[in-house]
Amino acid sequence: MIQVSIEVNGKTVTAEVEPRLTLLDFIRDVAGLKGTHAGCEHGVCGACTVLVEGNAIRSCLVLAVQADEQEVISIEGVGGDLGRSGELSIVQDAFCEAHGLQCGYCTPGMVLVAEALLADTPNPTEGDIREAISGNICRCTGYVQIVEAVMLAADRLANRNYKSKPGQPSDQTLG
Amino acid sequence: MKPVNFDYERPRTIDEACELLASNSNARILAGGQSLIPMLSMRLSRPSLLIDIAHIKDLSEIVATDTHIEIGAMVRQAVAKNAKMIQEYIPLLSKALHHVGHPPTRARGTIGGSIAHADPSAEIALVAVTLGAEITYRVGDDDHMFDATEFFIGPMLTVAPPDGCLVKVGFPKTSKICGTGFYEVAPRRSDYALASAAAQINFDSKGAAKTIRVGVGSIGDFPERLDVDHLLNTDLNDESIIATVKTAITEIETVDDLHASAEYRKRVAAHLAVKALQTARDEVREAPAK
Ligand SMILES: Cc1cc2nc3c(=O)[nH]c(=O)nc-3n(C[C@@H](O)[C@H](O)[C@H](O)COP(=O)(O)OP(=O)(O)OC[C@H]3O[C@@H](n4cnc5c(N)ncnc54)[C@H](O)[C@@H]3O)c2cc1C
Ligand code: FES
Ligand code: FES
Repeated sequence: MIQVSIEVNGKTVTAEVEPRLTLLDFIRDVAGLKGTHAGCEHGVCGACTVLVEGNAIRSCLVLAVQADEQEVISIEGVGGDLGRSGELSIVQDAFCEAHGLQCGYCTPGMVLVAEALLADTPNPTEGDIREAISGNICRCTGYVQIVEAVMLAADRLANRNYKSKPGQPSDQTLG
Repeated sequence: MKPVNFDYERPRTIDEACELLASNSNARILAGGQSLIPMLSMRLSRPSLLIDIAHIKDLSEIVATDTHIEIGAMVRQAVAKNAKMIQEYIPLLSKALHHVGHPPTRARGTIGGSIAHADPSAEIALVAVTLGAEITYRVGDDDHMFDATEFFIGPMLTVAPPDGCLVKVGFPKTSKICGTGFYEVAPRRSDYALASAAAQINFDSKGAAKTIRVGVGSIGDFPERLDVDHLLNTDLNDESIIATVKTAITEIETVDDLHASAEYRKRVAAHLAVKALQTARDEVREAPAK
């Protein structure tokens, strides 16, 4: 067993784990956050996507011991004030409004790849969006409304009058 | 889908990693984990020790020598894709990296991991073979260098020493005037390709082709170069490119699988190789000299 300390949505979670424990299972079973979905558990579906140090990655392809001392944001932490304000992020809200989900199984992963894209590329083309979500499988929507949701979110982020990053408080006025 | 249990070590130096490798014959190196962790989860791989090389600083450097750009084994694919030095001196690799997996797998996956893993459709391996990259392994205290054209010998099979740690891959710098092309056909965007082709033409200052390199991947057990030296004596017109590629590709052994027949793969690869050569040629004919 190895001791790891991982900051999940701003809260440090310390535990003794087996080296074989994936970050996915750490988030779900040790941190107790079930919003990160287990789809294939071998890297093909993208349902388990979270942000590690700001990058969207597949949590089933990272061991918890590899994420030791790193910062993780899961779907529970993307809303205002690291998810504590109870408000949806602009991206989450756009997914609701554009009907970017049906069963919702792929949605946490889709939202997080979109958050990562928009943090680096504020004005993405449709091609950029399709590239960003290319590793995430959705069996319901046919992707069109997911792409529309991300475009809507990009538009709203560009025209908002305050700045925020995933998980950050959303009440800072743009200087 | 849970791996078997194993021990885990996090060395800080290459020497320490090599000592750990020597201490356990069932040890494996863990780089980005994007190929190894799926194999662990499916229990296709059952190591007793994983050696995580992510904390060895020397392995994450990109260094320019007079002739080569040396990329540390642990350089992440996303970092390499955005590296100015690679865009300038190994433009073919920059083009290829765009096709390697998806943004989340590139954020973790490494240059060295892709070479060591030796998937027959790996784009990085194809570029290494096409350009004749130098692959350096450390075994104990000794460095062993391999020419990429002789390194890959089968699907997920290389001549690498089993107790070695890949430390760097040196790609030759392009000449001042050079054109490149990279194309692949895959069932989904950025997924493993059914056929792929890479080309680079180095020109001299008078605009004559000095070296022409073309490689094809995904269609056989490992990426291979096509012999197109015949083109050096032509003005690189479409007819000679098509005829030369058509002849050269008959030498390549292709394999069938669930997704495509050998016949289809060969046809597509020939088409992609022609397109890659045409793009490499046109980049120079249209662009002014650097
Ligand atoms: C959904 C998905 C799509 C993908 N698509 C593509 C694609 O289109 N093209 C492509 O080329 N790849 C693709 N990959 C695989 C690619 O992402 C991996 O990064 C790459 O194959 C392995 O690199 P890694 O750093 O993750 O290595 P790891 O998974 O950590 O290691 C792979 C193997 O190499 C060995 N190894 C790693 N580093 C060293 C070293 N320094 N010395 C000695 N041995 C070492 C390991 O022991 C292991 O056996 C995909 C993966 C996924 C999950
Ligand atoms: S559960 Fe991680 S990619 Fe499918
Ligand atoms: S909404 Fe059901 S899988 Fe995407």
